[in-house]
Amino acid sequence: MSKDIIVIKGLDINLVGDAEKTLDISKDSKFYSVYPEDFHGVYPKLIVKADDKVNAGDVLFYDKNDEEVKFVSPVSGKISEIKRGERRKVISINILADKNIEYKNLGKLDSKASKEKIVEYFLNAGLWPFIKQRPYDVIANHKVSPKAIFVSGFSSAPLSADLDFISKDYQDKIQIAIDVLSKLTDGEIHMSIRKNSDSILSDLKNIIIHNVSGPHPAGNVGTLINKVSPINKGEAAWTIALQDLILIGSVIESGKFSSERIVALVGSSIDNPRYIKTTIGSEMSTILGKGIKDNSRIISGNVLTGKQSSINGHLDYYSNTITAIPEGNDYDLFGWTRPIFDKISTSRALTFSWLLPNKKFDLNTNTNGEHRAFVVTGSYEKVFPLDIFPMRILKACMYNDLEEMEALGMYEVAPEDFALTEFICVSKQPHQEIIRKGLDEMKKELG
Amino acid sequence: MDIKSSLHQIKEKFKGNKFAPAFNAFHTFLYTPNDVTKGGTHIKAADDLKRTMNMVILSLVPCLLFGIFNAGYQHYAAIDAANGVIREVSLFGNFINWENFILGATKVIPLVVVSYVVGLTVEFIFAVIKGHEVEEGYLVTGMLVPLIVPVDLPLWMLSVAVIFGVVIGKEVFGGTGMNILNPALTIRAFLFFAYPTWMSGDKVWVHGAVERTGTPEAISGETILGSYAQNQEIMYSLYDMFIGFIPGSVGETSKILIIFGALFLIFTKIGSWRIMLSTILGALFMGLIFNQVVDFGWITETSKFYGLMNVPFWEHLLIGSILFGAVFMATDPVTAAQTLKGKWIYGFLIGFISIMIRVFNPAYPEGVFLAILLMNVFAPTIDHYVIEANIKNRLNRLKIKSS
Repeated sequence: MSKDIIVIKGLDINLVGDAEKTLDISKDSKFYSVYPEDFHGVYPKLIVKADDKVNAGDVLFYDKNDEEVKFVSPVSGKISEIKRGERRKVISINILADKNIEYKNLGKLDSKASKEKIVEYFLNAGLWPFIKQRPYDVIANHKVSPKAIFVSGFSSAPLSADLDFISKDYQDKIQIAIDVLSKLTDGEIHMSIRKNSDSILSDLKNIIIHNVSGPHPAGNVGTLINKVSPINKGEAAWTIALQDLILIGSVIESGKFSSERIVALVGSSIDNPRYIKTTIGSEMSTILGKGIKDNSRIISGNVLTGKQSSINGHLDYYSNTITAIPEGNDYDLFGWTRPIFDKISTSRALTFSWLLPNKKFDLNTNTNGEHRAFVVTGSYEKVFPLDIFPMRILKACMYNDLEEMEALGMYEVAPEDFALTEFICVSKQPHQEIIRKGLDEMKKELG
Repeated sequence: MDIKSSLHQIKEKFKGNKFAPAFNAFHTFLYTPNDVTKGGTHIKAADDLKRTMNMVILSLVPCLLFGIFNAGYQHYAAIDAANGVIREVSLFGNFINWENFILGATKVIPLVVVSYVVGLTVEFIFAVIKGHEVEEGYLVTGMLVPLIVPVDLPLWMLSVAVIFGVVIGKEVFGGTGMNILNPALTIRAFLFFAYPTWMSGDKVWVHGAVERTGTPEAISGETILGSYAQNQEIMYSLYDMFIGFIPGSVGETSKILIIFGALFLIFTKIGSWRIMLSTILGALFMGLIFNQVVDFGWITETSKFYGLMNVPFWEHLLIGSILFGAVFMATDPVTAAQTLKGKWIYGFLIGFISIMIRVFNPAYPEGVFLAILLMNVFAPTIDHYVIEANIKNRLNRLKIKSS
């Protein structure tokens, strides 16, 4: 079954450094790291200590707020270090990996398993963290049954992995995951794919396919939810990333926590943008090798929503993209008034990107101006397809009016939905951070 | 060592210092800072607030230049008129010439300088006290203020008004982006109510008219609106009004240059065409109603309202400052309605009320600034009702679901 969705408002950001569709196999990393910070809102309670031996799939820590949600090791080896920050907050769990990875036997999932059994399997196998929920954009609450599950089958974000490419050999695994997950919801599983693409995803069964056309954020799962079935107060929807469906499928099939992942290496600072097969938690230095320019920013994720990393960092638990772009830590003479041809703008204020719709830009990390109060109105709406007033909800978050946040549609949004408005913001306000804090506040106060 | 790195070192040295915002305000005019993104999106679009504000200033420059020539021209034209000499205006003959420019510049440039110096000083002081960067809001305000005052306005009055406008109109609300009233219009309103003799009447609109009052060299300083309000004959052609060869506030007489400014703002996507268009529609609508009232014979020539009510509805756009207000004042994003629907309603009401005040208040026929200030106050209310509809839809969705 398939339906059409047309997204009109949005903005495609064309950048230099798209990955060529070739797949390399990464060298094995010596050390692997898991950052509890990747799991927003989780308060980690470690059950391993330094020098412990773990197998891939062994539990490293669980969430103090919900002790059944467990986080497992992506590889086998010895815990080399548990890095702590202020007030003994766990920064990362570093693992010195074995040459040959040994797996914990997670058992197989009976094809007729009940809903409870499936949830239990997911929790114990460390698969639960891959299921996220709206509202609040956090790891799903397993005690609640979602009204539907949403998966984005294509990415419209700038320089992000082509999901058709990374999924092309894994149709069977995705199907396994979908068949199991469909038992967890009373509703349907919805997936968006790019209209007129020849994605293998359109052949999936047990799922409603939506053919989406239009500019970014057409590929965001939040856009799909808003167009299909916006979340009301008291409801929950689950979202799962496509690369995580592949992982879930292969774990269910094999009974082993195989944390292999195909990652796109993109951005103008990477000499040879391509796809690479690696493992969750791998060292950036191993994945990237030498082919990276100086004074670059390395991002685990895409340029709009990714996390800042470094050559000493590690691939995070959710990312399917590593981006490297030039740092913009330089001054620009009369940058506020000279005509601009080499940067993207949605205005025509002596900025000429409107003349160059097909140009690929090489943007750096400069903010192009200083932080200011909100002044300009009406521009966010042009890149924001959800039926929500973006500036209003941002301001409601800033002054922490929970009632107003709820009325304006806070249950429907995630920080990533505000990435484009943040990108074009003339006042350089941190929209995603504002929304994130607002969601956290709401979750704390309203559950 | 080049300028860039020496300035960088000064900036680093002054980091955390109380006067850092003052230095940075100048530094950032030369160089866009070396700040990089942190958290959130790693790339940013090219526009910042300086660029946005700069576009508005650019769109005002033609009006300012015209205002300088016109200040000179109107002075000499009024002298000729007082001596019984009939003048035929020609753009490159007796309008754009050194005589007019020098006289105009000596009157107008001080207004601009005082407006900026006083206003920015207040902004700098507040930035240093409150420890935030100097925001760009006043760059536009400072340009607008000299354009909307009479040419002979004493500079000390302007200074007092600017201090009042920036402090009470903006800073007490929390600075740029937080104010409820348009700062430029707050300044004008202060001048109007504090020094009415310098802001209205039949003398102030032409340079020299006030000081010559009662002398044998007395000249007229009356605007078209004033003449209409007193049911007098109008001496200016539609062409004069459109090009701007008429007395009035410094920068708002030339309708064609205001239209150029409007097109520039719309093209650069800085100004809201919705507000501009709806303000004009509102003004035309009110004008049309008054025309009908006259046509029905409810108001006759003996009425004091007759003069302005009988003005063909479209001619209202050519006289007074309705067009300037619609393009440069009503569109101020901070004080205007912020929702798309709200902008239509907000603009329409500004136009509507402007013409209403213009007709019903013959003592002071220019109601545009009052109408905009009034709608500034109501803009949040308009937005509230627009957003309420969105909130209701959301609640209805929930109700349908649960029933």
